[in-house]
Amino acid sequence: MITAAEQTRVDYLNESYGIKSWLLTKDHKRIGLLYLATITLFFFLGGAFATLIRVELLTPQGGLVSSETYNKLFTMHGVAMIFFFLIPSIPATLGNFFLPMMIGARDLAFPRINLLSWYLLVIGGLFALFAMLAGGVDTGWTFYTPYSTTYSNSWVIATAVGIFIAGFSSILTGLNFIVTVHRMRAPGMTWFRLPLFVWSNYATALIQVLGTPVLAVTIVLVFCERFFHIGIFDPALGGDPVLFQHLFWFYSHPAVYIMVLPAMGVISELVSVFSRKQVFGYHFVAFSSMAIAVLGFLVWGHHLFVSTQSVYAGMVFSFLSYFVAIPSAIKVFNWTATLYKGSISYATPMLYAFGFVGLFTIGGLTGLFVASLGIDVHVTDTYFVVAHFHYIMVGGTIMAYLGGLHYWWPKMTGRMYPELWARLSALVIFLGFNLTFFPQFILGYLGMPRRYHNYPPEFQVLHVLSTAGASVLAVGYLMPMIYFIWSLRYGKLAPANPWGASGLEWKTPSPPPLHNFDETPVVTQEAYDYSGVIGEEIEVG
Amino acid sequence: MGRLPFTPEQASTFAPDVDHLLYFLLAVTVFFTLLIFGAIFYFAVRYRRRSERELPHASHGGMALEILWTVIPFGLTMVMFTWGADIFFRESRPPADAMQIYVVGKQWMWKLEHMEGKREINELHIPLGRPIKLTMTSEDVIHSFFVPAFRTKQDVVPGKYSVTWFQPTKTGKFHLFCAEYCGTNHSHMIGYVYVMDPADYANWLRGNQTGASLADTGAKLFQDLACSNCHKADNSGRCPSLTNLFGSAVKLAGGGTVKADEGYLRESILQPNAKIVAGYQAVMPTFQGLVTEEGVLQLVEYIKSLAPQPAAAAGGAH
Amino acid sequence: MASHSESLALREQFDTEAQQKEASTLGMWIFLITEVMFFGGMFLAYTVYRSWYPHVFAVASSSLNVYIGAANTVVLLCSSFTMVMAVRAAQLGKRNAIIWFLILTLVLGGVFLGVKAYEWNEKFVEHHVPGAGFHFEGVPQQGPAQIFFSLYFAMTGLHAMHMVVGVGLLIFLIVETRKGKYSASYMTPVDLIGLYWHFVDIIWIFLFPLLYLIDRHLKT
Repeated sequence: MITAAEQTRVDYLNESYGIKSWLLTKDHKRIGLLYLATITLFFFLGGAFATLIRVELLTPQGGLVSSETYNKLFTMHGVAMIFFFLIPSIPATLGNFFLPMMIGARDLAFPRINLLSWYLLVIGGLFALFAMLAGGVDTGWTFYTPYSTTYSNSWVIATAVGIFIAGFSSILTGLNFIVTVHRMRAPGMTWFRLPLFVWSNYATALIQVLGTPVLAVTIVLVFCERFFHIGIFDPALGGDPVLFQHLFWFYSHPAVYIMVLPAMGVISELVSVFSRKQVFGYHFVAFSSMAIAVLGFLVWGHHLFVSTQSVYAGMVFSFLSYFVAIPSAIKVFNWTATLYKGSISYATPMLYAFGFVGLFTIGGLTGLFVASLGIDVHVTDTYFVVAHFHYIMVGGTIMAYLGGLHYWWPKMTGRMYPELWARLSALVIFLGFNLTFFPQFILGYLGMPRRYHNYPPEFQVLHVLSTAGASVLAVGYLMPMIYFIWSLRYGKLAPANPWGASGLEWKTPSPPPLHNFDETPVVTQEAYDYSGVIGEEIEVG
Repeated sequence: MGRLPFTPEQASTFAPDVDHLLYFLLAVTVFFTLLIFGAIFYFAVRYRRRSERELPHASHGGMALEILWTVIPFGLTMVMFTWGADIFFRESRPPADAMQIYVVGKQWMWKLEHMEGKREINELHIPLGRPIKLTMTSEDVIHSFFVPAFRTKQDVVPGKYSVTWFQPTKTGKFHLFCAEYCGTNHSHMIGYVYVMDPADYANWLRGNQTGASLADTGAKLFQDLACSNCHKADNSGRCPSLTNLFGSAVKLAGGGTVKADEGYLRESILQPNAKIVAGYQAVMPTFQGLVTEEGVLQLVEYIKSLAPQPAAAAGGAH
Repeated sequence: MASHSESLALREQFDTEAQQKEASTLGMWIFLITEVMFFGGMFLAYTVYRSWYPHVFAVASSSLNVYIGAANTVVLLCSSFTMVMAVRAAQLGKRNAIIWFLILTLVLGGVFLGVKAYEWNEKFVEHHVPGAGFHFEGVPQQGPAQIFFSLYFAMTGLHAMHMVVGVGLLIFLIVETRKGKYSASYMTPVDLIGLYWHFVDIIWIFLFPLLYLIDRHLKT
């Protein structure tokens, strides 16, 4: 059904060639792909570190690497995955590509700033990469003082500079998204007709803009302390090492919402399209995103329950941490209710959506454990916390990211991926993931501390299970790498709307033309209105 | 209630409390997980797409449901909060008659000192059946004192004292871990807590006695560092008397009072000009660099011994 | 009257000039909010340490030259005034007036930076620069005193960096104005850089009392 005319059509990919046309592009779609390449590289780098960690942990006394190297491995795993993969991931790839299209715009508000954002990520990444190659950094991704400022003999400053620069990438993307959503919506695209993916990225952008500068100034202080010994975190000079923890977590807690809110936005899209129904409780889901963004700034002290923070502060933070759990729960219930009397497809993106809802439910519910003061005293700094955040970041965000990638792949590339291989990969990833991380909950409650190179022998069985899961997971992640690249050349040509979806982005050809829309669309329908999208309709339910 | 598999031994009065809270959380978690998984599975099968041209009825949500699934989770979380906060609050209030042990963490070992002067490295022997209070500090970076069997954990921070307490409920040998990443040999900063029958503990304490109690060692240090030149027992020197100081309220120059707890004593030795006692001049030199953290603890114990026992509410620093 | 600059600046992602102006203005405001959060971290550290060491901070603060600080404050306030006049001139399309007021603003900004450099040099001579050679005679606690001066240098240094960027932006504006790029119908860059300049000024209005005026009213 692809006509010859369509095959020779000019789209954003073929309208210009050459490296300059990519490195100097102002097109949000190309910038999205530039980001895709960059973060994929960092994902595999972080994954390589993870592989080494899990292999080392097969035996209680290790032996593959020294303690010093092990400490660098978990640090660099965290730095690469958080700052150079997860934080940019969905907003900078899928958000960059589709946010303008979803609101009917030709591009973001500030295309050149968008390109600058990408360059900042790359430059920051090069600093971090340099640090890794020159000898590594061993402070943990959390850089607690005074270890990071006075005692560590590793490449702290180079890594910190890399993160500092990458932080500005994040800030500028957030700024761009906020202005775009406020000022570039097509006529008729009111706030409550926006796809929920837009709402999520908007809420995320608010966090990026307000939280990241605090991380930046914290890094400046660490730099000054390490370089000039000003004393701000050094107790011998009257400074307070715990002040660092407050400053650090003031950003780093909202940061986890930067990582998960866009994922939730993807899931809203997938659950709707593949049930062919409006998301149940659209307004509640939209407002939940905003609530999470606001409440997320009020709970940072739950990382400091045993840090000598006051008991009363601990109680306030625990109380507020339960508040922030509620909007996420509301979303899960609404997604589930969307399925009721829907028309449910098992296409790969939907499988990832199912995986997300299940794993995010578990990860989120274990958040209730660590929010509880009495339990957290026991499980903080153990593998329980490691399992908790990996359930959300990997079982949650990465699954949503892969689901979104599969969903929008036809639109971005004009090609279909191979459906059977994709479903198989989703299954492999789901199983591998659970085998890797579920044993870690048990390890944690049993008392296995995190960041331990060697451990008592009674923990070995659970570690072996976890490593076995990691090897399955690794295979699962390699499969899409391979077939996505394969599909660029051999995949079936994709129609404009392979899924019967309703958003504005599906009203353009696959791949879209340079300016997205030949004329600015005028919006008259609510979001997720599938009437008129499917040929002859049969009413169900 | 007994302990489920996949939990550590319960060896303190806190352990069953924490585990009961865990069971409650597990029950709620399992319930909602099964509910969500079950609903998704059921809907996904029952409403699977049978034709490409299906168009379900649009439904827009229902206020009643939204309120229901907001209020019920909120109620449950408030129970979790209150329960957890209660345990935490009790963990922050050591009983007045707790046995005092001092802990100094350093890269990469735990140094523990009993009041009677007995010192241990990476091992802590304690008697069964009475509350034990640890007053801790670090010589270098942040560490954390973690005993899984007791369900207790507390960061050990340079520049200040932190306190944790527990009451052991069974004899045995229990893991001690450092739980805050502290550098190269973080995973080797481990040891054991040995809980003994009171009689065995008393024997252990007597054997290999070094002779001097912590307070006695502190008294000697007090002389060696010439503290006694100014801090005279009869209050005739240029400096405040230390008799009956510990636990009292101290009036400060410039207004305000402060409780003379362990943290205050430590600060007075290492940063004497941070707080000046009303009616005195800022003439005390600092002993930073001249005395180790262990030395400070010995001096603190000595000064405590100059106050009548038991000190009013030994509720410790932080 | 159709002037040369009227529609040449409409970027292709925007539908109308009004939309472009609104978007740019919103963008600048959001950027300034990120700057508030950035400086905010420093203000937090200042607040914590001042509450811990009120006496040390008061003594260290009184060692700063309040007359020079006050003079600099007046200089910066005047530069905000001349900036406003430049924006007004742009609204009226008066090219020469724009250039003169921008130059005045630039000069005043330069005076501020020059005075700052003089102050910093004084600190260096007095051994009040944190680091190996630090010594502050006013109080026995050297650690907390060093923390005060660290915050002093970090905060005024960060502020000075922002001023240098501001100076660069002013030079850019002067060059563009001379080329005739701005008129009554398009003067957004003048407007927005004016906003940035005022923001940098406001930061100083907070820094001056917090750093220079601690407990000055108390005679000790």
